Amino acid sequence: MNWEIVIGLEIHAQLSTQSKLFSGAPVSFGAEANTQTTLVDLGMPGALPVFNKEALRMAVMFGHAVNADIGMTSVFARKNYFYPDLPKGYQTSQMDDPIVGIGHLDVTLEDGTTKRVGITRAHLEEDAGKSLHEDFHGMSGIDLNRSSTPLLEIVSEPDIRSAKEAVAYVKMIHSIVTYLGICDGNMAEGSMRCDVNISLRPKGQEEFGTRTEIKNVNSFRFIEKAIHTEVERQADILEDGGKITQETRLYDPDKDETRSMRSKEDANDYRYFPCPDLLPVVLTQEYVDEIKASLPELPTQKAARFISEYKLSEYDAGVLSSSRPMADYFEKVNKSAGDTKLSANWVMGELSKLLNQNQLDINDSPVDANNLGLLLARIKDNTINGKTAKDILADMWNGEGSADEIIEKKGLKQVTDTGAIEAMIQEIIVANPAQVEQFRAAEADKQKKMMGFFMGQIMKASQGKANPGIVTPILMKLLKG
Amino acid sequence: MLEQNISSLVQKLRNKEITSVELTQSYLDKIKELNPSLNSYITVRSESALAAAQKADEAIQAGTAGPLAGIPIAHKDLFCTNGIKTTCASKMLNNFIPPYESTVTARLEQAGAIMLGKTNMDEFAMGSSNENSHYGLVKNPWNTDLVPGGSSGGSAVAVAAGMAVATTGTDTGGSIRQPASFCGITGLKPTYGRVSRFGMIAYASSLDQAGPMARSAEDCAHLMNAIAGFDPQDSTSAEVDTQDYLADLNKPLTGLKIGLPKEYFGEGLEQGVADAIREAVKEFEKLGASVIDISLPNLKLSIPAYYVIAPSEASSNLSRFDGVRYGHRCDEPKDLLDMYMRSRAEGFSKEVQKRIMVGTYALSEGYYDAYYLKAQRIRRLIKQDFVNALNEVDVIMGPVAPSTAFAIGSKTDDPVAMYLEDIYTLSVNLAGIPAMSVPAGFSNKMPVGLQIMGNYFAESKLLNIAHQFQQATDWHLQTPSMEKGA
Repeated sequence: MNWEIVIGLEIHAQLSTQSKLFSGAPVSFGAEANTQTTLVDLGMPGALPVFNKEALRMAVMFGHAVNADIGMTSVFARKNYFYPDLPKGYQTSQMDDPIVGIGHLDVTLEDGTTKRVGITRAHLEEDAGKSLHEDFHGMSGIDLNRSSTPLLEIVSEPDIRSAKEAVAYVKMIHSIVTYLGICDGNMAEGSMRCDVNISLRPKGQEEFGTRTEIKNVNSFRFIEKAIHTEVERQADILEDGGKITQETRLYDPDKDETRSMRSKEDANDYRYFPCPDLLPVVLTQEYVDEIKASLPELPTQKAARFISEYKLSEYDAGVLSSSRPMADYFEKVNKSAGDTKLSANWVMGELSKLLNQNQLDINDSPVDANNLGLLLARIKDNTINGKTAKDILADMWNGEGSADEIIEKKGLKQVTDTGAIEAMIQEIIVANPAQVEQFRAAEADKQKKMMGFFMGQIMKASQGKANPGIVTPILMKLLKG
Repeated sequence: MLEQNISSLVQKLRNKEITSVELTQSYLDKIKELNPSLNSYITVRSESALAAAQKADEAIQAGTAGPLAGIPIAHKDLFCTNGIKTTCASKMLNNFIPPYESTVTARLEQAGAIMLGKTNMDEFAMGSSNENSHYGLVKNPWNTDLVPGGSSGGSAVAVAAGMAVATTGTDTGGSIRQPASFCGITGLKPTYGRVSRFGMIAYASSLDQAGPMARSAEDCAHLMNAIAGFDPQDSTSAEVDTQDYLADLNKPLTGLKIGLPKEYFGEGLEQGVADAIREAVKEFEKLGASVIDISLPNLKLSIPAYYVIAPSEASSNLSRFDGVRYGHRCDEPKDLLDMYMRSRAEGFSKEVQKRIMVGTYALSEGYYDAYYLKAQRIRRLIKQDFVNALNEVDVIMGPVAPSTAFAIGSKTDDPVAMYLEDIYTLSVNLAGIPAMSVPAGFSNKMPVGLQIMGNYFAESKLLNIAHQFQQATDWHLQTPSMEKGA
């Protein structure tokens, strides 16, 4: 049977606030257990939550970025369940009246087409603590540092039809929240976590199939793999005439399989009701408009500007705008290089290659954007050629100084003196009579190919310093005699 | 010395006619004498009280004393007190020592008041008779065969029997007013949001409100001056300016319009109570007030609405008592579920468990609309009744409770009869308005409380009305003889 895959995603983005959603405790990763807590985070009797206005601002920013309705009155609700790392016995979340309502996102896919994914809602909620099961002699330890950390849960419509689309969507959300500066996007530390809802239906059928939810998939690669694995599992069951059980599953990346966590029958009745300790959050139009006006340029807007302003191709613009640090870096390089095409090629090419090899983030590049730009400026003004520039970049990477310093120190300045170049070419013509003979006998289009040999000889003789732009016409003239 | 009001005690302390140490010691003596029989205190803090009194005397000497410097008071045992056991009268919190101070107790300490100890109550403020305490029931000093009312029974008895100058209480459905009525003292439940709930162990967050319990309206005003006001630590506390609650006490009542709701004088009201309330109203007419008959048509709905909303919130508020971080934990739990179930079954009394179960049920999927949402709609109707009535009259008066104090054990097996005790008080909490209980006579030799209900943030007016009544009458000066049965 020909199955259609139906995917909806729930993404938890941890907001980059200084303090927690309902307390003044600092938000930090990796601190000693239970040191980043107040009475509120510990769920002490009589402790009361106070809503962090910064989290509100961030949620409204996100709402604008996904073209969503902003909840002018949003209400915190309690989601009640018992768990040792949930200190109050309920999680404060939003249910009926979320801060962000219906919106949508236009996702650019690998083939350059655009897919519109609906956003059902996004709501604010507090994180729970952590249960630690090792080193407690058969008991469990509780760390409440993460308790009350602010999360924005972003729920998509079941509009996604493949693993590739899912990954493109998550990458887009990732780039939006990092562009907005409302989430650090660090998936390894759990700053962005993803739940994937998957079902299959025969192609052409309107009705959705029974879905499963895969919890906490924490990298782009795992999202893709987990979807493939789960789709295969469901297809096998359906092909055999079986039925899918609605359940929550876990993806095990080591074994590349999903396994059941709990079925629908075991699901909690969370007994949501409005939190009586918090007032409804009522926004003014002025507040909402003010945030809209102050939004930074978003990835799609930036890509469009790169195309119109720098005449970049759609592909280049897409790559360079995919993350804010990358885009900022490119624009700085371009500013000091004064050549857009050259800047784009080098940031996407040589620089990205070096960053990948060294597993570095562009923010941590040992060569800053201004210095790379100055190196490229030396290509542009014919001081060096591209090949020499690559060697210089390697030296800059190793901290040997700026482009100009290295050019000076190593004497890499390109030979542009036409007299000197002519003399060099004459010597090569004299030294290679047979090749010259062949060249002169060849047809015009063959001659072009044979130029390569002479170019190579000249570069060898000049130790790569001869400017190809100057060499080519002189060489042609002298070869033809 | 024990019959004095706060104003004259403050005067005597400033004039050095007495010292706070002497005053505090005399109250500690009284507690030592009466508490074994009345059981109104769970914790008595003799040493720290005397040490604080010593400091108060020094502050008075130095001229740096706060407005309540040296006045011995006590707190209901659900206000968290830093380093001092806070039990909520529950086995669950028998070992709980908070590392923080509630806003109410902190502000009273700031004003210079001396804390004698923590008073008994119905467990987690759930009850109307103070029979439901892990630390034993509290007895009414007017007749020790009778209940003192609840849930702030210990606080009411401490004042009535002279074991504290004044006390704090909390009122979720009548828990300040009803015991004040039963014990012949004055109590004020302020507007919801007027007094911070920070550090108050929650029963039903949208209804809970702390307030003063004392011998007179004037004494209540003294405490209100310390505790009222916005608190950034409580998101539901009101950003409304406070007043000097003593300033308006002596305003004449000429032209005051009093509404008498017919629903407060219907079936189930004890004749002696009705008579006392009618007499009190006549007294107000003498003081220049006029009386208008009004109606609060949805009063009867307040009981079912309250007994859905309060348990719903309680079922969630009390989830934190799970034996994981503090409070009672069962011995040798087999696993997590066993720990939860046994810790909570052992730590909570039957009444508390019953309300948790009712609330859990009301919030469950499939029942939420029929119970919780419907109760919220009724709540809005009740609020509207009061808003409409208070557009026509300045205040509403009626009885606090249908009867005077009842016999210990007489209603413990009949929860509906017990819940009906609150018929005249619950609706005030649902609406969020302020209300007082003021001594207004006797029926069957037991005190009767007059309830005065006012508009939002009209505490000053209520205190003024009550004070004028107390200038004209002496019901609030009557004290139990403590001879019979004690």
